[in-house]
Amino acid sequence: MMANQDILVEVQHLKQYFPVAGSSIFKKAYVKAVDDVSFAIPRGTTLGLVGESGCGKTTTGRTLLQLYEPTAGRIIYDGETIFDSGLDGKKVKANMLPYRRKMQIVFQDPYASLNPRMTVGDIVGEAIDIHHLAASREDRRDKIIKMLERVGLNSEHANRYPHEFSGGQRQRVGIARALAVDPEFIVCDEPISALDVSIQAQVINMLEDLQHEFGLTYLFIAHDLSVVKHISSRIGVMYLGKMVEMADSNEITFHCCHPYTKSLISAIPIADPKISRASKRIVLEGDIPSPVNPPSGCHFRTRCPYATPLCAEKEPEWKEVSPGHFCACHHLDQVK
Amino acid sequence: MSEHLVDIQNLHLSFFTPAGEVKALNDVSLFLDEGEVLGVVGESGSGKSVTASAIMGITADPGRIVSGKVIFNGHDIGSLDEKELRKIRGKEVSMIFQDPMTSLNPVYTVGNQIEEAILLHTEKNKQEAKERAIELLRLVGINEPEKRIKQYPHELSGGMRQRVMIAIALACEPKLLIADEPTTALDVTIQAQILELIMELKNKLGMAVILITHDLGIVSSMCDRIAVMYAGKVIECGTTDDIFYNTKHEYTKGLLRSVPNLYEEESSRLIAIEGTPVDMLNPPAGCPFAPRCPQCMKICLKEMPPYHEFSDIHYSACWLTQKAEFEEAGKGEE
Repeated sequence: MMANQDILVEVQHLKQYFPVAGSSIFKKAYVKAVDDVSFAIPRGTTLGLVGESGCGKTTTGRTLLQLYEPTAGRIIYDGETIFDSGLDGKKVKANMLPYRRKMQIVFQDPYASLNPRMTVGDIVGEAIDIHHLAASREDRRDKIIKMLERVGLNSEHANRYPHEFSGGQRQRVGIARALAVDPEFIVCDEPISALDVSIQAQVINMLEDLQHEFGLTYLFIAHDLSVVKHISSRIGVMYLGKMVEMADSNEITFHCCHPYTKSLISAIPIADPKISRASKRIVLEGDIPSPVNPPSGCHFRTRCPYATPLCAEKEPEWKEVSPGHFCACHHLDQVK
Repeated sequence: MSEHLVDIQNLHLSFFTPAGEVKALNDVSLFLDEGEVLGVVGESGSGKSVTASAIMGITADPGRIVSGKVIFNGHDIGSLDEKELRKIRGKEVSMIFQDPMTSLNPVYTVGNQIEEAILLHTEKNKQEAKERAIELLRLVGINEPEKRIKQYPHELSGGMRQRVMIAIALACEPKLLIADEPTTALDVTIQAQILELIMELKNKLGMAVILITHDLGIVSSMCDRIAVMYAGKVIECGTTDDIFYNTKHEYTKGLLRSVPNLYEEESSRLIAIEGTPVDMLNPPAGCPFAPRCPQCMKICLKEMPPYHEFSDIHYSACWLTQKAEFEEAGKGEE
């Protein structure tokens, strides 16, 4: 796909199926949370993943870090295969510990992701201890304080507990914890959606600064397309476990071709009355179907204004519409 | 004197917590006319939901109205007792809450919950109430309403539950609908459906709407007027165009600047509002926004600025406009 670029993280045909509790033992039902998703992230860039709740974007991020063992597929990190389900059913799994130092995650909910019984210093320091990154006690302390200061907190905050902080500050602690081990790659799983509007911009700016300073690579997961567009160089749009469209962020905003992406973009409320009054929203009918029993063929067909019988029979192919712009839809010519 | 549907006059509302008095609303004045859509924008803790609960008369326990008045449709809400309030709630004013998952009762069917409001406020009997419930579900765009009224909330998706909430709220055709972050818990495409529905019903039934949200995008397309709240105060209020194109308060300006623009080709750096939201237990002495304001002056830290009116309906509270006014006047004298 992008062979000439320096790819840091690559995912091929990643699948993550979760068994449904209570399904028949003869015919086990699965939620196909992530179904055949492939992408590659060049070093130092950001890939954005957007989609509605239940589309599998968070699961993709977590499976990529092997917080869940993937059902199938291949994950390549910096040229090394760290997971491969293989063709003959023999799984290849790398020892993740050294990779955990390089791959980190910032979680969505800063209220739930920090241990309330640990001081902020210990939360940040825990990863330093696990990977033996500090030579001495003083060194550990210096490292923690350096990290806290880097994310806009100060040294006295190290002895406090998470409940003493506001949401924005907690998210800064979460980012400091991820950065403490000097990672190369960070999965940002909706890092700003729990924060107030005026704080969101602070955290986005900080993430961008850190990316430039440390040459970080991000997988940025969010449901807000305008935020994802702002921070990402490339965007993937997911719907019910499948990637439906992927392109550079400007290409997605101005020349998207999947009907779902189109409606997603038109559904975003624009903070400018002149534009929002003039634009006609494409309002999708119906709800997102259950991922346990997704529609046959194209998953989006139940809500798609262009759906035909073909969409129910055959799953659309993942094809390249223009260089670097991929889309899975049967009726691309009509949608345009 | 009040011809407005809702008239909030100098309302002070405090929560008396063990840690001290939290002034959730500090001298809030707002009005709303019949058939009008008012957007209330602000961060968490700015007092927007408390304002709504004051209109409904449902302020939670340690909270009390300290001074000021809420007049709704000729009733002085503060002076009514619980029995009289119950007659108004659900009939003349109703509310949609943020989280449709928790605001419906899980052990009653959807039909039951809609009929409850109808039976309480109208002369209808059970059969008629059931028919009305079916009609309401159809009105809010739920298919197969005959089947749905027998279902329990857990059988419905988030968007459907919010539609049921709207059906309950509209059961007695209220004069005012308060929507408290009606779409925050929903996905973008479902959000578009629900907002469209609220506007459609508003036009059909001619009710007034108070839309509480933190999303400037939502208010821009739906509201006639917008009130921006910060730390329990309305810091700017005006028509939608005033707020977006003739912005006066630094906080409003900051909010507008900090939202990423989807349609710009080159992403420029976002201009964030520095600092953290106000600690409501220890609010600053002067203007509550002063510690975060890029143009803060000495006086801002000491005294709360008075309101300055730019037109009949556009006003804001900021010392900068007072200063500009003063300089302007000075020039005129010279």
